[in-house]
Amino acid sequence: MLKDQGLMSWKELAPGMYILEPGNSVKFKTGDWKSHKPVLDKEKCIKCGQCYLMCPEPAYEENEEGYFICNLNYCKGCGICAAICPKGAITMVLEEA
Amino acid sequence: MGKRVAKEVSIAVADAVAQCKVDVVSAYPITPQTHIVEHLADLVNNGELDAEYIPVESEHAAMSACIGAAATGARTFTSTAAQGLLFMYEMLPIASAFRLPIVMVIANRAISAPISIWNDHGDVMTMRDLGWIQTFAENGQEAVDLVYHAYRVAEKAMLPVAVNLDGFIVTHVVEPVELLDQELVDKYIPPLKMKHKLDPKKPITIGAIGVPEIYTEARKAQDEAFKASYKVVVKAWQEFEKISGRRYQPIETYKMEDAEVALVIMGSLAETAMNTVDALREKGKKVGLIRIRLWRPFPTQDFIKALGKVKAITVFDRALSHGATGGPVGIEVRSALYQSNKRPKVLNLIGALGGRDVTTEDFEELFDRTFSFIKAKPRFAYEIFGAKE
Ligand code: SF4
Ligand code: SF4
Repeated sequence: MLKDQGLMSWKELAPGMYILEPGNSVKFKTGDWKSHKPVLDKEKCIKCGQCYLMCPEPAYEENEEGYFICNLNYCKGCGICAAICPKGAITMVLEEA
Repeated sequence: MGKRVAKEVSIAVADAVAQCKVDVVSAYPITPQTHIVEHLADLVNNGELDAEYIPVESEHAAMSACIGAAATGARTFTSTAAQGLLFMYEMLPIASAFRLPIVMVIANRAISAPISIWNDHGDVMTMRDLGWIQTFAENGQEAVDLVYHAYRVAEKAMLPVAVNLDGFIVTHVVEPVELLDQELVDKYIPPLKMKHKLDPKKPITIGAIGVPEIYTEARKAQDEAFKASYKVVVKAWQEFEKISGRRYQPIETYKMEDAEVALVIMGSLAETAMNTVDALREKGKKVGLIRIRLWRPFPTQDFIKALGKVKAITVFDRALSHGATGGPVGIEVRSALYQSNKRPKVLNLIGALGGRDVTTEDFEELFDRTFSFIKAKPRFAYEIFGAKE
């Protein structure tokens, strides 16, 4: 028997595989397959927000202190934030398996 | 009753499309389809058809525009041929997977190279597996009727439909054609109401990613809908008969009751073949003709029933599948017969390529060969008919 890999029965799908519930992508964590993750050094950060602006996902959220914190559930590990940071405050480190 | 008028078939087809009150026509002109979309452009320009005419820069854009428009609930039309259809290719499976009721007329034309503007079925055979319902017209009247039928079917089944007409042979001849009265068209094809469509007031997502955990199920759902469309097609023809008196079926037979051999064919060449059948019947030869009108979904049961008691058939293909076990229709037929108790010998000839004439005499020879094939050793491959040695 083939291993059951399906998410749901084909009968439950909307025609054309339309998604009838807009915005449901927040339910899906899309960052679980990354190999590297950004780590912030708050000492160096000047809160300029460029990481937040340039992240293609966008995974950064601003916290009460004004720091931009990456939500790793959505980060895909591309390293753009680390490359764009003018202060070298972000380091990409290998994700542990 | 509608009025019978003499018209170039392309013009009549365009008039029928206009009668179906399409909202969007998006097309790029290519021989031998040009007259169809030109006439539609005229109708829009003259205010006779209240539609958006999108003169795109390529067929890829033509199909893209139809997909976008259809997704918002608009009734759409496009038309193409040969290289144009191939240029559209990337978008074709998207139209069907999105379950959009797009109607396209393909004025069948041989594909390059060498460049040929003449007719065969090589172009449309490339898209036979992409989830489009496909019908083949034999003459002008049928071309027009299949357009009405296409909208009815597409919008009931929520699947795109391609109507195939032989380029020039059907598209460019002037024939007496009866267009339906507008009120009958309106009844047969009521305004399109889609259950789900792109609407800012009720947002949905069309075209999301299908991860391995859902892709298989998505295709299965599409395939089930596609197979179920057979019934929609047949019902739409029955309803069409009620309003027009003209009867259509997935498989047409001609003098098959007691036939010993038969020719299997699609499109306008069947008219020539019918003359041959008549001539041979007069000489007492038991020959018959099977014409496939609905090519996808393939009407397997109807086909097997149509065979009657024949001992051998010749499947006459109008397209090549290089290096395969037959032409596209030949492969289909052999595959259907394998699961059936009825299994006549199958000779598979590929001919009338790129506009090559096939005459009644040719068909006579072909029927003779089919007779001698009854006792011959079976041959599995195909043969290109009429290629000069
Ligand atoms: S780009 Fe660098 S310095 Fe600027 S907010 Fe982000 S981490 Fe801080
Ligand atoms: S690594 Fe890429 S995806 Fe992740 S937070 Fe940085 S910019 Fe965004």
